[in-house]
Amino acid sequence: MIDFLTLLQVLDSSLRLATPLLLVCLAGLFSERAGIFDIGLEGKLLAAAFVSAAFAAITGSVWIGLLAGSLASIMLSLLHGLASITLRGDQIISGVAINFLAAGLTVVVAQDMFGQGGRTPPLKSGGRFEPINFPGATSSKEMNEAGPLMQLYSELLSGHSLLVYTALLTVPLSWFILYKTRYGLRLRAVGENPAAVDTAGISVVGLRYSAVIIGGVLCGIAGAYIATSLQANFTKDMSAGRGFIALAALIFAKWRPWYALSACLLFGFFFAVDTRFQNILLPAWFLSGFLILVALGLISYVWKKDYLDKAVLGGLALGISVIAFMVIFSVWDTGISRQIKIPVVFIQSLPYVLTVVVLAGFVGKAIPPRAGGQPYVKER
Amino acid sequence: MEPAIELKKISKSFGPVQANKDINISVMPGTIHGIIGENGAGKSTLMSILYGFYKADAGEIFVDGKKISIPDSQAAIAVGIGMVFQHFKLVENFSVLENIVLGAESGALLSPSLSKARTELAELASEYELNVDPDAIIEDIGVGMQQRVEILKALYRKANILILDEPTGVLTPAEADQLFRILKRLREEGKTIILITHKLREIMDITDTVSVMRQGEMTATLKTDDTSPEDLAELMVGRKVLLRVDKTPAKPTDPVLEIQNLSMVDDFGVKRLKNINLTVKAGEILGIAGVAGNGQSELLQVLGGYSAATGVIKLNGSEIDLSTSVSGDGQARRAMGMAHVPEDRQREGLIMDFMAWENAVFGYHREKSNQANRFFMDNNAIRKETEEKMKRFDVRPPNPKLTAKNFSGGNQQKIVLAREIERNPDLLLVGQPTRGVDIGAIEFIHQQIVALRDQGKAILLISVELDEILSLSDRVLVMFDGEIMGERQPENTNEKELGLLMAGVSEEFAQ
Repeated sequence: MIDFLTLLQVLDSSLRLATPLLLVCLAGLFSERAGIFDIGLEGKLLAAAFVSAAFAAITGSVWIGLLAGSLASIMLSLLHGLASITLRGDQIISGVAINFLAAGLTVVVAQDMFGQGGRTPPLKSGGRFEPINFPGATSSKEMNEAGPLMQLYSELLSGHSLLVYTALLTVPLSWFILYKTRYGLRLRAVGENPAAVDTAGISVVGLRYSAVIIGGVLCGIAGAYIATSLQANFTKDMSAGRGFIALAALIFAKWRPWYALSACLLFGFFFAVDTRFQNILLPAWFLSGFLILVALGLISYVWKKDYLDKAVLGGLALGISVIAFMVIFSVWDTGISRQIKIPVVFIQSLPYVLTVVVLAGFVGKAIPPRAGGQPYVKER
Repeated sequence: MEPAIELKKISKSFGPVQANKDINISVMPGTIHGIIGENGAGKSTLMSILYGFYKADAGEIFVDGKKISIPDSQAAIAVGIGMVFQHFKLVENFSVLENIVLGAESGALLSPSLSKARTELAELASEYELNVDPDAIIEDIGVGMQQRVEILKALYRKANILILDEPTGVLTPAEADQLFRILKRLREEGKTIILITHKLREIMDITDTVSVMRQGEMTATLKTDDTSPEDLAELMVGRKVLLRVDKTPAKPTDPVLEIQNLSMVDDFGVKRLKNINLTVKAGEILGIAGVAGNGQSELLQVLGGYSAATGVIKLNGSEIDLSTSVSGDGQARRAMGMAHVPEDRQREGLIMDFMAWENAVFGYHREKSNQANRFFMDNNAIRKETEEKMKRFDVRPPNPKLTAKNFSGGNQQKIVLAREIERNPDLLLVGQPTRGVDIGAIEFIHQQIVALRDQGKAILLISVELDEILSLSDRVLVMFDGEIMGERQPENTNEKELGLLMAGVSEEFAQ
């Protein structure tokens, strides 16, 4: 079985991997709570990662990198705002455009600046956010001898970069702003019914711009985190779909800050499992039994749905059962308790599969802000 | 005494449409002033200008004798103007208190604002008899209550001048009476009230003075006591109008539509229809009255074939399959002789971006008569036929190539009616036939429906306008919360009795 320290290490890396998700998720939360859907989170994250890595590499200062990355992200947010708030365009299209823009531009500019195949040079210390060790924390060499409480303190709580703690603090801060301040009331109102805000004499445009700018700042911090703390340089497509996973987490979290924290930690945990356990061995009976249960669950879920659901999900269930039986047949000679190695790709795909499952609406009804996605036009 | 509000030479146009043209109006403090006119006459535009929602192209605004400019709603609120819009501007999942405080908070933190509002709300409630639960969530309370919240919102912002835009459209008669009591109370307290409506009766009941608008112009301002509904209708339309529908007694024969134990549960698991039983006979108009949202829309959806339900529906004696597998099969029902004028013509009745002739053939486009050969439709013939239909139904302009959205509400409705009636159906389902339609067009639409009945067709009429139900129907059913509360003969009942049924007061109690 897994020992306590291994578990702590998994949780520790969950936290580190959840941090960018959490920041981006909260960015999306502010934007979407104000009624602006933001598919472009991924692009902003990537752009901020590149710009902060580039500036940190050139100046040697991580703070200048963070500032520049945030500014880049804010610029993209303003672009999204211009298209969707001022020009009342389609928010999805504008967001997708930002993603393409960031994906292409970062690599091209990186190649032009540094000539290292679309990467930025590795950051030296000073150009990175270093781990902060809490007073009295044991160093990793002596971790095995320390007691469980000390391990918890030193491994899980201590030793993260400043941005991890910042992200965690952003959760209560967001909650406070949203639910305890005048600004939060107005922000939530403008995402639900902008006409109510407009007739109350408050600027809908101003509120929505402020929300996308907050989103830009948070994406900027997240981008700086992945390029200067999680990694030590920018690489092509290093955001790796985190912007989209954060969106799924946002839906999972029903657009609430504390739920967002749990959702992002869950996704972070899946990523951590995937990096930690490359080869998982399971007994064949357990694996096939599990798959058959999933298939049965799916079938009972779609039993009363309409034809299309039956066809699609029923087909999926059928496929899963076929795999289950293939597993059984493959161990027919050697016995049902033989260990089967789960291919790495399956483990790696877990966070993404979970994202799809969340988005497909298996987690109950998530009601988005009611005016979300619609440009505000005064009615005639 | 200075007028509370005076508007001088206000003009406003939206593109080529002149919504307001040189409007002059003055309202004395402590009075209720009515503004009446057809849809699109410019009433709401004028008031939206006063509330800073739109900017006038030209003209001057005086409040309490002082010339002011109102660039936005904040400025209007600052000079004491409050407005209750036709479609409430409330945040549905906020509490009453949060809605009232929104935009009028006393500081950056929320809780002091909320507790201050709670105290003031209690004072306002006792002063004007406007009781609401401050912690109730808007979507959980009825429209009558929501309207009170809107009025309280204005009063909380210290409004002295209150504008109400079509306030009774969504209310039961009893709720409307209650609203009028509140308005009279506000008048006693010295508030000035401007009431926008297209209902003549309300103007006669409650206003002190009345202005009539027609096509963006102010045609008259009168003392209410010196005028009559007939005079006002003539001023509104510009010609004499028949306010009552002319019809002979019905001669119902065989049942055409029979509904037994019809129930329906919506996507959220809420029971929208509960054991509906009704019969519509050939040669009669069965009216279904009720406040919007009590299952009438769902009944039409089930009958029209775009919602699944349980129970039995028979059309001309043959049963319609209601299981999910065939829901959405409006085509088959049309072939059986059912025609449907949906409640929401812009979403269900027409495709707004398509031309009139295309719209005029939808639902019947597979019929032989519309096909040129095996592969192509006979568009020329359809266009020609549509033009003739448009002329018969007085659609203006009778141009089949104009897109649907370019017609006025009344003319759009006539296109839908022409499409459905001209196919000579055995059963016509009509939902809200005159919603947002001008008085002149209402008269025409009512005549067409009665004419169809006189040809021996069955008509199921659903409307939230009690006047319409009472004047058109041969029998009236009242729906409340998905149930039929009772049946009445229009000549033996009145608005008060129906109003009680509409509010869910049971049969015995209402008698």
